[in-house]
Amino acid sequence: MSAKTLYDKLWDAHVVRQEEDGTALIYIDRQLLHEVTSPQAFEGLRLNQRKPWRVEANLATPDHNVPTTELTGGVSSIADPISRIQVETLDRNAQEFGITEYKMGDVRQGIVHVVGPESGATLPGTTVVCGDSHTSTHGALGALAHGIGTSEVEHVLATQCLIQKKMKNMLVRVDGVLQPGVGPKDVVLAIIGKIGTAGGNGCAMEFGGQVMRDMSIEGRMTVCNMAIEAGARAGLVAVDEKTIEYVKGRPFAPKAEHWDAAVANWLEFKSDDDAVFDKVVVLDGSAIQPQVTWGTSPEMVTDINGRVPDPAKEADPVKADGIKRALDYMGLQANMAITDIPVDYVFIGSCTNSRIEDLRAAAAVVKGRKVAKTVEQALVVPGSGLVKQQAEAEGLDKIFIDAGFEWRNPGCSMCLAMNADRLPAKKHCASTSNRNFEGRQGAGGRTHLVSPQMAAAAAVAGHFVDVREFMGL
Amino acid sequence: MRYLDEGYPGQDNSKRPINTEFVLNQPRYQGASILISRANFGCGSSREHAPWALKDYGFDVVIAPSFADIFFNNCFKNGILPIVLADELVDKLFKDVDAKEGYALTVDLQTQQIVTPANELIPFEVDEFRRHCLLNGLDDIGLTLVHGQAIKDYEAKRRQQAPWLFA
Ligand code: SF4
Repeated sequence: MSAKTLYDKLWDAHVVRQEEDGTALIYIDRQLLHEVTSPQAFEGLRLNQRKPWRVEANLATPDHNVPTTELTGGVSSIADPISRIQVETLDRNAQEFGITEYKMGDVRQGIVHVVGPESGATLPGTTVVCGDSHTSTHGALGALAHGIGTSEVEHVLATQCLIQKKMKNMLVRVDGVLQPGVGPKDVVLAIIGKIGTAGGNGCAMEFGGQVMRDMSIEGRMTVCNMAIEAGARAGLVAVDEKTIEYVKGRPFAPKAEHWDAAVANWLEFKSDDDAVFDKVVVLDGSAIQPQVTWGTSPEMVTDINGRVPDPAKEADPVKADGIKRALDYMGLQANMAITDIPVDYVFIGSCTNSRIEDLRAAAAVVKGRKVAKTVEQALVVPGSGLVKQQAEAEGLDKIFIDAGFEWRNPGCSMCLAMNADRLPAKKHCASTSNRNFEGRQGAGGRTHLVSPQMAAAAAVAGHFVDVREFMGL
Repeated sequence: MRYLDEGYPGQDNSKRPINTEFVLNQPRYQGASILISRANFGCGSSREHAPWALKDYGFDVVIAPSFADIFFNNCFKNGILPIVLADELVDKLFKDVDAKEGYALTVDLQTQQIVTPANELIPFEVDEFRRHCLLNGLDDIGLTLVHGQAIKDYEAKRRQQAPWLFA
């Protein structure tokens, strides 16, 4: 038998039917639903008088449109009518079709990519889909997970299957050991800086090497989350003891009578030693510095000690033009030091960096310090009600509030301009989210993607700083 | 882009200031149904709102040197044909369209060819299954449910291998 990659194994374990033209019918173990991409799918079921194939395979929670400030009147008091209708529609659809939903106000509600792993709905060796591109996050547990479109959401609801063509195998190996103060977010930004936003097109991207093996499961989620920004629909990390430890005891984890069999099955989900990848990229983890994006695409990124690029020095005219446009939009001068970029807003949250470890890392930087006077708003938005609860039990909320941060309720918040939390035009935001496209956080807003530690340090300094120097690491 | 002000939902678009610089607002491109684009078109989004918007505008075909994966798939599901052509060919199309007002291409999905006004033929690739579905307007779900028994068989096997997923 020939050697297989992790992706090959996941794929092979889920083929229901192989068609001659190379497409296959793939079985989907879990589907996660949120309010933005599901309404037309449920409507389609209704119009065609279809029922969900396996209703227990689905889990729903609202996230994109949920307000993060205290709401006394529940869903019906959401001020924005479009947001309110979307959340109400999800509630109604989940109820009508009998799908489990963590509603607004439920402590288990949160960003769908935080909720999936946290609840144990996402398990190793499974296939997971959601109508959202950052579904790649769940690959951190050794699951084949990717975003799908709304008609595919309907297809999975109705058939529990997806029509897929096998992707190529890509390995991104990060060797060595990370420097103190450098985290998973810096790793994935450095990867995107190296291979570009199209680097993983058509591939399932497995992350391996010493750095990934040493990394916590939550850190692996941060890396897999942004596989999509590296062009890959799915990010993957092999299952190991850490994965199993993470899953143990979660509400949807296997019960005692199945536990040993499940663990034995899961440990198979790693690439064979002699597996062959179509593409391999290697990074030296010990050389990775804290990263900051300066432009309007995640690949427009550099080290904290770097400078904003100069379009005049770029030989390729298309790239030079892209740099120029990005600098115009971002209101930055060519060649300026990254540490000279002022920070007006700080956003710590999103499915990339809103888990308990992210909040701990940011709180450690903020502790006993104050947000700079020039910073207009600094938000901390936990990824779920359970993350929030845990953080409060550890006193992290106090640390943030004492420093001048706002401590919010779970949701996508300022990651995208779909709820009340928006970045005003021309303001620079140190953001732990995953996308810095024009207008992503609010029309005209200027996003700089960074790690939670770097965002916290920038909040205190009022401009970007090297968190290693800032903390005396 | 299309308008000079910032939009909001429910707005009456007919009263908004038009951006005359924007290519789709130029009179010569009104009623266009083929969109030509540069590389990595549709980059980053799993949302079907992207193809819906193109479809609503009236585009049936998008031609580009490359597409983002999810967007590419979503096109077929919404009756849009995405065509990948070599960089040089796309570049030539851009130049030809620009040079001649009223330049119109014909895309023949049956024979998988693009016909230029000078009667040049540009062949393109399209997945056989997807071509069949587009030509016949078939619904993916109905097609899959034809294999309902295979899904049930697989499920029975999976239930044995991984009973914890069904507990
Ligand atoms: S946090 Fe941002 S990227 Fe993540 S699901 Fe929400 S909107 Fe999408």
